[in-house]
Amino acid sequence: MAAVLESLLREEVSVAAAVRWIARSAQSSEDDPGEAAALSSLRPLRKEFVPFLLNFLREQSSRVLPQGPPTPAKAPGSSAALPGRPGGPPRGGRGARSQLFPPTESSSAAAAEAPSARRGGRRRGPGPGRERGGRGPGGLEEGVGGESQLWPGGRRSRGSGSPGSPSLVRSDPPNLSNLEEFPPVGSVPPGPAGTKPSRRINPTPVSEERSLSKPKTCFTSPPINCVPSSQPSVPDTSPWGHGLPPGCRSLQEEREMLRKERSKQLQQSPSTTCATSELGPPLPSWTGNLTAESADPARVSSRQRLELIALVYSSCIAENLVPNLFLELFFVLQLLTARRMVATKDGDLEPSPGAPDSLESPLFQSVHDCVFFAVQVLEHQFQVLSYLDKGTLKLLAENERLLCFSPALQGRLRAAYEGSVAKVSLAMPPSAQAVSFQPETDNRANFSSDRAFHTFKKQRDVFFEVLREWEDRHEEPGWDFEKGLGSRIRAMMGQLSAACSHSHFVRLFQKQLLQMCQSPGGTGGTVLGEAPDVLSMLGADKLGRLRRLQERLVAPQSSGGPCPPPTFPGCQGFFRDFILSASSFQFNQHLMDSLSLKIRELNSLALPQPEPSDEDGESDVDWQGERRQFAMVLLSLRLLAKFLGFVAFLPYRGPEPPPTRELQDSILALRSQVPPALDVRALLQQGLRARRAVLTVPWLVEFLSLADHIVPLLDYYRSIFTVLLHLHRSLVLSKESEGEMCFLNKLLLLAVLGWLFQIPTVPEDLFFLEEGQLDALEVDTVASELGLDGMPVVDQHLLYTCCPYIGELRKLLASWVSGSSGRSGGFVRKITPTTTTGLGAQPPRTSQGLQAQLAQAFFHNQPPSLRRTVEFVAERIGSNCVKHIKATLVADLVRQAESLLQEQLVTQGQDGGDPAQLLEILCSQLCPHGAQALTQGREFCQKKSPGAVRALLPEETPAAVLSSAENIAVGLATEKACTWLSANITALIRREVKAAVSRTLRAQGPEAAARGERRGCSRACEHHAPLPSHLISEIKDVLSLAVGPRDPEEGVSPDHLEQLLGQLGQTLQCRQFLCPPAEQHLAKCSVDLASLLVADHIPVLGPPSPRGLERGQARRLLHVLLSLWKDDFQVPVPLQLLLSPRNVGLLADTRPREWDLLLFLLRELVEKGLMGRTEIEDCLGSLRDAQWPKDFSEELATLFHLFLAEPHRPEPQLRACELVQTNRGTVLAQS
Amino acid sequence: MILTKAQYDEIAQCLVSVPPTRQSLRKLKQRFPSQSQATLLSIFSQEYQKHIKRTHAKHHTSEAIESYYQRYLNGVGRNGAAPVLLELANEVDYAPSLMARIILERFLQEHEETPPSKSVINSMLRDPSQIPDGVLANQVYQCIVNDCCYGPLVDCIKHAIGHEHEVLLRDMLLEKNLSFLDEDQLRAKGYDKTPDFILQVPVAVEGHIIHWIESKASFGDECSHQAYLHDQFWSYWNRFGPGLVIYWYGFIQELDCNRERGILLKACFPTDIVTLCHSVA
Repeated sequence: MAAVLESLLREEVSVAAAVRWIARSAQSSEDDPGEAAALSSLRPLRKEFVPFLLNFLREQSSRVLPQGPPTPAKAPGSSAALPGRPGGPPRGGRGARSQLFPPTESSSAAAAEAPSARRGGRRRGPGPGRERGGRGPGGLEEGVGGESQLWPGGRRSRGSGSPGSPSLVRSDPPNLSNLEEFPPVGSVPPGPAGTKPSRRINPTPVSEERSLSKPKTCFTSPPINCVPSSQPSVPDTSPWGHGLPPGCRSLQEEREMLRKERSKQLQQSPSTTCATSELGPPLPSWTGNLTAESADPARVSSRQRLELIALVYSSCIAENLVPNLFLELFFVLQLLTARRMVATKDGDLEPSPGAPDSLESPLFQSVHDCVFFAVQVLEHQFQVLSYLDKGTLKLLAENERLLCFSPALQGRLRAAYEGSVAKVSLAMPPSAQAVSFQPETDNRANFSSDRAFHTFKKQRDVFFEVLREWEDRHEEPGWDFEKGLGSRIRAMMGQLSAACSHSHFVRLFQKQLLQMCQSPGGTGGTVLGEAPDVLSMLGADKLGRLRRLQERLVAPQSSGGPCPPPTFPGCQGFFRDFILSASSFQFNQHLMDSLSLKIRELNSLALPQPEPSDEDGESDVDWQGERRQFAMVLLSLRLLAKFLGFVAFLPYRGPEPPPTRELQDSILALRSQVPPALDVRALLQQGLRARRAVLTVPWLVEFLSLADHIVPLLDYYRSIFTVLLHLHRSLVLSKESEGEMCFLNKLLLLAVLGWLFQIPTVPEDLFFLEEGQLDALEVDTVASELGLDGMPVVDQHLLYTCCPYIGELRKLLASWVSGSSGRSGGFVRKITPTTTTGLGAQPPRTSQGLQAQLAQAFFHNQPPSLRRTVEFVAERIGSNCVKHIKATLVADLVRQAESLLQEQLVTQGQDGGDPAQLLEILCSQLCPHGAQALTQGREFCQKKSPGAVRALLPEETPAAVLSSAENIAVGLATEKACTWLSANITALIRREVKAAVSRTLRAQGPEAAARGERRGCSRACEHHAPLPSHLISEIKDVLSLAVGPRDPEEGVSPDHLEQLLGQLGQTLQCRQFLCPPAEQHLAKCSVDLASLLVADHIPVLGPPSPRGLERGQARRLLHVLLSLWKDDFQVPVPLQLLLSPRNVGLLADTRPREWDLLLFLLRELVEKGLMGRTEIEDCLGSLRDAQWPKDFSEELATLFHLFLAEPHRPEPQLRACELVQTNRGTVLAQS
Repeated sequence: MILTKAQYDEIAQCLVSVPPTRQSLRKLKQRFPSQSQATLLSIFSQEYQKHIKRTHAKHHTSEAIESYYQRYLNGVGRNGAAPVLLELANEVDYAPSLMARIILERFLQEHEETPPSKSVINSMLRDPSQIPDGVLANQVYQCIVNDCCYGPLVDCIKHAIGHEHEVLLRDMLLEKNLSFLDEDQLRAKGYDKTPDFILQVPVAVEGHIIHWIESKASFGDECSHQAYLHDQFWSYWNRFGPGLVIYWYGFIQELDCNRERGILLKACFPTDIVTLCHSVA
């Protein structure tokens, strides 16, 4: 490999030719024969060139970036260089990420052996072992732990040639045999020209680590966050634990502070927050030791060589020959912001003037070299840079080194910054909302039994209880999900016995997941871009500043380096842990089914169609909507796919790949039989064919990122990876032609694919080894359709939301500004776009015949909003139509059913016969009427749709277009409604009639009589009557006084009694607050009161005490009661209780006994028609059966005779009775 | 009437082992003249119920029942007109209505061939005239009308109070022109958990979004509030989002701690209501 570089450096081969050579295996006609000859001899090495270049650059930079993002354990970067290193043959193939690009055993020997997918050009260093050890079997740590540190090696290397640059001078082709003579690059070289570090830097922990581990081919860039002796943003889950330098520990404190800050943020004043965040704890060791050296263009050594390698490198980037675009940019920015050169161990960093252009001298001899190289590369990558967010652009444009080395580039960046609108901003996360209850899917009719319904009711509550507890406690130190909630979750899952309950629960789970976690931060629900609008409306610049400050505080400091492993941030962690704790096979299966279905549904959702008039403002407005919808769908899909991947691969996931080849093969044999949970390959192919890669690939990547180690080796998934690699290679950003994918769409795909290729479970060699098959896999796209890929559906907001790690670039630059690496500048924005609702109308599934084709054609040339409007209207009107039919036609039928049933009951007697039979009879009579539903439905749609379409379309819509749109809407709505109605109307009628029948039959029950017809209060009533509860309470007090025991001074005043009965009358007339049970009790209490009056048992207050009420008063009160019973009570009054043994027995205690009031009462009851004579006679008769004192029995018998003796006494007798009253006790004597 | 925890504790302290009679209530009102009677009664009732729940079991051992029954028989044997049962209840610190139930049940066991069903007993308690023994009927009746915490009459009063406040709340909502679905409508639609009212258009009360309102005609103490949260309020939140609970007889101030979470407590109908404005644009 080095030979290739050498020949480039010697200008034997042009950069363009070299890149062509690398990119395509076949030689192209453009190639100069000489070059071709030179390169063809190197053919076997072709594949290894890029890894070599990348490693070379990383290696070369190792002395420049010591203080850069530190290299946690992974890539031990001893300076024992790559090429010459005698690496043992690798064992397991996929191991540490650090060895992504195994050192191609430099030149000769290793070169000859073409790397095969799982051979091991690499071996595992100690790093990976440790790192994996840190993870549980669940595999994925929250936050940045685990594999995130795959990027340790800190320096990466690469170089490349660029097709665009024409430096061609050539001489003899490189001699293959020379290859072996190429000395290891890193080992020798003289120190950086002109840089004599004034101070030696003690080896940082990083370099110590590196010296311990053998493989040095760290390809990855170190995460910026874990700066030795500074604060790494690696959370406490870091698998390195003890390995971290002490400074890293403070991270936890910092996070703690951050948390508190977040909770306080609303109340806190901006100035305070500013102070804490920005000025925070100083970074002593860092700034103390490592002030940045100033870089000077004049002191760059071997310019030409650097230019050339920068060109090659940039070209490789441009051609997507490197696995991860953003990783390379990150590396380049690291070089740009390198602080100073570190002396090598031997300390000789003298420039070697003798061989300036060979690989023998270090590429980067000084910070000046690094900056020069970086700026060169950035110049080539300007296009990509210009699409980064505004903040990054600003930091780049303000970078003084960049200005110093390339004022032109700086000018372009500044212009790009000024023109950029790509503000990526953070929306405030609203608190979690629960999934709302929807009767259509959640009521009893959706469950197999009452029990299932009630069980699910409880489960919903337990689920949210658990969720709330998690919200409250998961950040508490020492709180553990499994310990805290595990058993409750399992107990709940245990109750989900019926399959139907599982599907209900899964629906709840999935909805809640989507609602809470669509954004990467996992809290979101705010509509994209909404919050900033509010702020700009307020128009205060200060507000904006305040907001940015707030963002810094609330945004996590790091997303885990430029290539973090898959994690479940924020609320996603809850759902992951829930799945793990539930450990329910049924639940997982249902969840997979449901996720798969939803993914399919969203993936095939009709999204914006090409817009013919892209220029005018109207379509701009529309595009915001399109973009928003696309973003919502995309983010939902990614979330669902991630969880699908998690659950689907959960049983297979382990911390380590299989240890031996044999074991691996047997596992492969087993696994290759298992059908995939979701046929993602087919979906991918469909997506590519329909040019919807921009939608399909990002979620597919999420799905694959959770695969276990075996998955990429399975034929099925391997073929997917092959397609993805092919796609990746084809996304050349500089190609902009008709029908090409939009730039940001490409950038999104490059970012997610690049990220995927770095996932620990993806074999590290996969990227470089698959190319042989690439050409075979041409995907035939439907060329005529532009598809989503050609639509500008991705904006920076979405890009950064999907790939928060791109924000690492900005953090890196910001840390340069602030003079500390990985600290204050680093705000990775959390973007919380999207609401869950309304993922858009389903496309109608109606396309039939020519009409449908015409409709399609009609929409083709109209703005997409028109189509959406029509579809929306059709969908809603269709649905409303069904509801309308339910409320009118069906309701009428139900009423008919009720009256038919009533007739039936009258003719057949009370119970009316077998309910099932009744139902059958009714249904057979009524269901035929269901046919009317279709006619009525058509009328409804015909009537309602046009108006709705008209209201929603622009006023200026041409009449013809409008009427076509209306007609189509009518057609679609009718079809929707009628399809549903014809399939369901009979069942619907049946169901409603059945409910009505059981209602009616219940109404026939024993309590029915109690209800009856009820009167309301009069029109003029102002509802000021005393409350029933108050009256019951008052009467109860009187009763308790009457019954005793009572204190001597206790009693009731007659006025109070009269007042009470007056109030009772008012309450009974104003029925506003009266409910039947209260009225029943009032009725019963009034009867009790009457009995006490009759028996003279009411203790009267006042001086003339122990006597009871005056007889006249008592009689008046009884009169009032009688009229209340007659006129005001609407419930049956239990008057027979007046003659119950207990109440009559009250008389037995009085001496002398006074029967006149009882007789009076009985006669009045008959008189007023409240009781019949025979009824009273019966009561009196049965009274005689009770056991009484002898004298009492006799008096009772007398009363009985007296009552019987005066049959049908009309008016005059009343007076006679009153006469009797005048001399008490004589009544009985008279008889 | 929102009380601090300390105020509440002071009241609760005075209620230890006080029998649930009208005399006790009178004394309580004298002791705390500044508190509303309804609030005091509600607190008294709740405290007493807590007390009964704690001691319920010991009154239901067969030995206890037997001994109560014998004491009852002896008592009425001496004087059937004396408040034997009521005094027995007060003496052993148990609710008179519940004591009446124990004795009635025991009595029926002795005099009927089959053990009495619950509904028969309930029916006899509602209407003691049905009790075959006249003396016992009077004794039971006396217990019921003298018990201000338990018994069919008290249950009815509580039910009526709850109903009345729902009606009041409905009127206020109508007056404010807030459209809502009530419990019956919700049940008809098949909702599994039904607050008293769901607002068809949410409003903001004191800056908090409200989707539903639950009326509680009682005092919100810790015990009942926790139970309500678990059985009702969170369930409503789980289905309908944040909402408002009105404890008409007040509550312990410290319990109103879930405002941010979505459960707001008030002791009256709120005045600070913000409704959604329909923009003209």
